[in-house]
This record gives sequence, structure tokens and C-alpha cells, in this order.
Amino acid sequence: MTIEFEPPKPIVQTQVVLKTVAEEMMRSKSRYFDEHEHEIPWDYIEFMHTAMRAMGVGSLAPKEKKESAEAPKEKRPPIAYQLLATQIEALSWGDVGMYLCTPGGGLGAAAVQAAGTPEQQEKFLARFSGEKPAFAAMCMTEAGAGSDTSAIRTRAVLDEKTNEWVLNGEKIFVTAGDKSLTPYEKLDKGFIVVWATIDPSAGRAGMRAFVVEAGTPGVKVVKLEHKMGIRVSDTATISLVDVRVPFDHILGSPTVEKTTTGFKGAMVTFDATRPLVAASGLGVARAALEFLKEKLTEHGITIRYGLPRQKLTNIEREVIECEIMLRAAWLMVLRAVWMADNKHPNALESSMSKVKAGDVCTKITQKVVELLGPLGYSREFLAEKWFRDAKITDIYEGTGQINRLVVARQILGYTGAELR
Amino acid sequence: MYSFEPTDEQKMLIEAVNKYAVNDLRPAAHEAEESRTLPPALIEKGWELGVLQASIPEAYGGFGEHSAVTGVLAQEEMAYGNLAATIAVGVPSLFALPILLCGAEEQKQEYLPNVIEGAWRPYTAALIEYTLDFDPLELRTTATLDGDSYVLRGEKAYVPFARQAEAMIVYAALDGVTQGFIVPKGSEGVIVAEDSEKMMGLNALPTYRVKLDGVRVPRSNRLGGDSGHDFGPILASMRVATAAAAVGVARAAFEYSRDYAKEREAFGVKIAQKQAIAFMLAEMVTEIEAVRMLTWEAAWKLDVGKDDADVAAYFAVTGAMDMAMMVTDRAVQILAGHGYIREHPVEMWMREGRGFAMFTGLMIV
Repeated sequence: MTIEFEPPKPIVQTQVVLKTVAEEMMRSKSRYFDEHEHEIPWDYIEFMHTAMRAMGVGSLAPKEKKESAEAPKEKRPPIAYQLLATQIEALSWGDVGMYLCTPGGGLGAAAVQAAGTPEQQEKFLARFSGEKPAFAAMCMTEAGAGSDTSAIRTRAVLDEKTNEWVLNGEKIFVTAGDKSLTPYEKLDKGFIVVWATIDPSAGRAGMRAFVVEAGTPGVKVVKLEHKMGIRVSDTATISLVDVRVPFDHILGSPTVEKTTTGFKGAMVTFDATRPLVAASGLGVARAALEFLKEKLTEHGITIRYGLPRQKLTNIEREVIECEIMLRAAWLMVLRAVWMADNKHPNALESSMSKVKAGDVCTKITQKVVELLGPLGYSREFLAEKWFRDAKITDIYEGTGQINRLVVARQILGYTGAELR
Repeated sequence: MYSFEPTDEQKMLIEAVNKYAVNDLRPAAHEAEESRTLPPALIEKGWELGVLQASIPEAYGGFGEHSAVTGVLAQEEMAYGNLAATIAVGVPSLFALPILLCGAEEQKQEYLPNVIEGAWRPYTAALIEYTLDFDPLELRTTATLDGDSYVLRGEKAYVPFARQAEAMIVYAALDGVTQGFIVPKGSEGVIVAEDSEKMMGLNALPTYRVKLDGVRVPRSNRLGGDSGHDFGPILASMRVATAAAAVGVARAAFEYSRDYAKEREAFGVKIAQKQAIAFMLAEMVTEIEAVRMLTWEAAWKLDVGKDDADVAAYFAVTGAMDMAMMVTDRAVQILAGHGYIREHPVEMWMREGRGFAMFTGLMIV
């Protein structure tokens, strides 16, 4: 091994391609969808679906490559997660809300990928490479259970007569919940992954994930949220009333051991996805920072790099600090996904990258609006939108505080009981 | 490709330097700081690790290739032990590496073997000037060509081992452009202060004010020969070295305060079990990692000759000066009253932490 920072060719190529996509398909529509909340960006969805099919992938999620028996190629280092992080950053540079509308299953598919058996993966993931685009969503949060997932009250009870699981409860803040459940003509049938307890007395040990297909009786979208930012991405409340799913729709093990294996399934998903969420926030931050620099240039202000702090103007100092934060955060994301690609445990690096990116993208977008003065606050430009969009990065997929807790437990060697 | 794992050779070097840092530097650090002296045997032992020797090619008496990446890895590890000793051990690099990177062929042959063969001897460089708007790219010390020699005029500050040095590189503005000049020991007009400088930190490191009162050096002593050199790579190498040292010092402060927080009890629990402390530690380790990544990338860019290597190095050192201050300040805060007492090393690291805003010029990789 070695220490190296040369982007691999596929990453450079994807950046070039996605920049065009981001400009043509996303930026140009950013303002429209921000002001028309709950309209669906069909052009983007269909374009991405077609493009991903053409590339032979049904989703942006990395796949385990089957070793082909014939003509063993020269072994290249694995870069699936690095590529994915780059793609997410590039698309989020275009519009992070729209990126969240990328078909292919998002976090729902990621959970099946991480915790499902090969049969389950085959059964639930095949649809994403079909004729029409399809969505899947992860249902974790409840009104009374945010970061504290052990407080989840949604119940799953096994009906032994029919060998079905019966789910009851209500989930909130489900990203793409609407597109995953509502039967739109332009979409193939989706599904949701519902986290529920099979034994409320067992706490986290009783937590399991269930796949609920769209159209299953008893499941429905009851509300779509109105949000500060990422407005084009639907955020649904989903109610489950006596929802019956076949026995094999439980991801992983159906027995309650005195362990937290089931819950750890979710956490492993988060180790993999946290740097990806970080990457999306950094895409927004880069968009904002580049816009600021453009405007400064138009205004005749150039940034002089290399000077001692004492000689910098305030604006130079602010811009340079933003650039430093952004680069550092991006390198932390790269390191975390590189570790994932190389099968190194990355819980620490993954959470550090999310802590850093959450900080960085909120600070940068806030700073950009500030430094642009009246222009920053105006809806003529997208700076104010990026400010609103960026904030979610420090909230979803574990708030900045939860991730600090994860980092702290890692570096202190503490369990959840030792550091609450 | 992207890759974040040192080579096996680098890992061996890190391990060796770490042993020296932990077993030799740490135990000696307090006494060195208090008595304002570094034991020569301690410096010699660090020199024998061969960090500089391994970055000089065989043709000039060394046994390796120069690599900024290897340099920053070793630098972090040694600074984790003690910063003053790290600068002392590396002070011959301040003379040798600019010659290796930018020197003329004759200069390499004349000086490099002398510096690196045998025991540690002080060779140094004079960059910093005692003015609040000090800028390495706009020096007040001047060089003017006069016949067959350059004449140096000005004053330099914080020159490590200036009194003892066999030779030094003096950086001066030649027609407004920073250039290095090799000044041998005993050159006429070089006036080194008798007493070493008194600073907030780095007390174990002898540094001196140096006056250059019309010092004449032959034309051939201009770094790079008659056509001179680009100061950019030297400054960038100094910056990444400083950033790497900041990471090492910050890591030392972080680990010390982390371990303390796991021992110290208050209100019936370890203070590390309080989120107020745990979150500080989480942010410290995150910022350290952030600057380490900037430093690695800048060093790699220097090694492969990327156009923006100097900007990357600037980013690394600028990020490092804030990070080092934040982390070392919090380390003192976590130990609270005990942190303020000189028996614990965290107050020393905090004094050093602020220094990274002006240490560029004291080290190079």
C-alpha cells in the first residue's frame, strides 16, 4: 500500500459526465422545484433511470462483483464506494434535493444490501434494473423515536397460523416514502424497509427490519412534510395498520437473541452511508463556495493564496478558511469510503467524516450568504437555497451530536451504557 | 488511485520513530523545557534514526530518495514525542533539503555528504524576521550583487543553532524575490546574538537573532547557482513539515487529555463519561484527522510535482495553526487546574500550539 491522492480514471470520468447532468438537469430546475414543493422531478428521475440502465446498473448503490471465471482480469483496487461518494457529491452540487429523488432504492435498498440474504437481495432489488424507475425507502424515525432508535414502538408480531408478520405503528420523516408507496404510472412498484420491534422488552435486541411492498393492505402515506430545504425530496409520514407481510420479509435473523445483532444491522448500514451523506452535504458546500468566488471575481476581488494571515483581507481569510474546511472534509470522506472499499472497519472514520461535513457545509453555506450581503439573501440566486438545503446534512443519518457520541465512544472505548 | 495506507517501509520508519518519541523524547521533555537544554545524546539518537539520511540519494552520501510523504509521517511521529527535539534533530535538513531540492550540482556535491555523513552537526537556515507582518515571500533582508559576490543586509530571528552552526542558508530578497544564500561559519559580518531567544514555548531549542551586516558570499553560493532557484517548493516543504508537527503535538495533547479524562472522577463517574468532555475529545480527534489528511495530500502533491502543491501546503499549515491551538487549548481545559500546572505536559503543548502560526521556517521535510 501507499499514500496516494490521484483520482482513479472512472472517478474523473464520472465527475465530467455528472457535471453536465448537474448543470443541465438539476441546476436549471433547482429554483422551480424549491418553489413548487411536492411536485415530482420526472425528467430527472427518468433521465437518471435511463442513464443507470445504460451503464448496466439499477442504482447508484455499490454491488458485490461476482468473480467471473473466464479471463481473470488484472486485479484493480476496489473503488465502488469511492465512486459512489464522488457521484453523490457531484449530483448534490447540482441539487441535493433532486439527488435524493434518484431512483434505485436509496437507503431502503442499502438496508437490503447490507442485512438481507442473497435470496432477499435477488427478490427485492431486481426491480431497480427494470423498464421503469422504482424507489425504496427506509422507515426508522417515529414521533417519539429519533436518534434514540431503541424507543421505536412499531410492533411486528408473528401470526403463526399464516406465518406472516403483522406490523402496526407510524413512521415519520421517510425520505422518498411517497415515491416508494404511491402507485404512480411512471414508476414500478417500490417498497419500504420498516424498523419494528419483535420484543418490546428486549430493547435494541428486539429490533428488526421488514420489507413492506407498495400496495400491501394497511400501509399508506398519511402526510407529506413542508420543509426548510430539500423541498423537492418528499418526506412522508407512513401509517401501518395490521400490515401483513410474508415471513421471509424479515431481514436477517428472525429469532431474538440476547444480543443487538438486529440493531447492529442498521448501524452497519449507517457506517456505510454516513460518509455518503457527508459527501452530499459537501457537494452543496462546494456549489455555494464556487458561486461566492465567481461573484467575488465579477466584483473584481481576487483571493491571494499563500500570504500570512496578518496580510490577508477579511474576505480572503474567510474564503480561504472555507476552502480549507471543505478540502479537509472531503479527504475525510474519501478516507472513510476507501476503508469501506478495502473492507477495513470504518465506524470511527465514517462518523468523523459526518461530524466534519455537517459542520463544514452548514458553516460554508451560512458564510456564503453572509458574505454575499443582499445578493446572498435574495431568491434570485441559489445561495439562500443552499443554506437551507445544507442544514439537513447535520441532522439526518445521525445528527452531529449523535455522531460525536459515536466518535467519542470509539476513541474512549466506551459502550453506550458507559457514555450515554 | 486513492490510498491511505503507508508503505511497509514507511510503517517501519513510523514504528522506529514512535519508539524514540515514546521511550526517549517524552521522558526527557519536561526537564529539557525547564532547563532550556537538550541533551546532545538525545539529539544524536534521533539523528541515528536516519530520517534525513534516507531522503538523500547515494550519490550524495545518503541511502534513499527524498519523499515529503515519508517526511511528514516521520515528522508527526517525532513531534508526538517532543517538538523542540524534533526541530533540533531535523535542523541539518533545513540546510540539506533546500540544497537537494533546488541546489546546483556542485552545491549538492560539496555540502550534502558533509552534512549527512557521521554524527549530527548543526547546519541551519535563517528565514524568519522579527516583524509583525513577516512574509517569507516579501523579506526585508536584502541581497545585492556586487562584482563577484552577493552582499546580505538585514536581521533574522529564531535561527535554530545559529551560534553552533557549521553553515546556514540565509534567505534574502534579491530584487524582491526570495532567494537562498549559503553562508559558511565565520563569515565576516554575521553577528549572532550571544543569548538564545526567549520564547513562550520551545525553550529547549536554542534559537538566535542573526544580524547580517554587509555579509559577502561568493556568487557561487547562491542556492541553485547563478540562475538561482524557485523558493516555492522550499516554502511548501517547510509548511507541510510544520503542519505535520502540529498534528503530532496535537495528537500528544489529545491522547494525554483523553487518558486523563478516563481516570479522573467527578460526581461519581469518569469525566470522560460526561458529554461535555466526550464531545470536546470527539471534536479534537476529528480536527486532527482533518489536518492530517490535508498534510498527507499536500506532501503527496509535492512528491509528484502537482501545480497546486504550494496552495495545498498553504492550506495544510493554515488549517494546522488553528487546529493545534484548538486541540491543545482543550487538552489544558480538560485537565483544568491540573492542566495549568507545569508537571503535566499539556500546558507546554498549548504554548507550542500557538506557535504553529509562526513556526514556518524552523523545519522542513
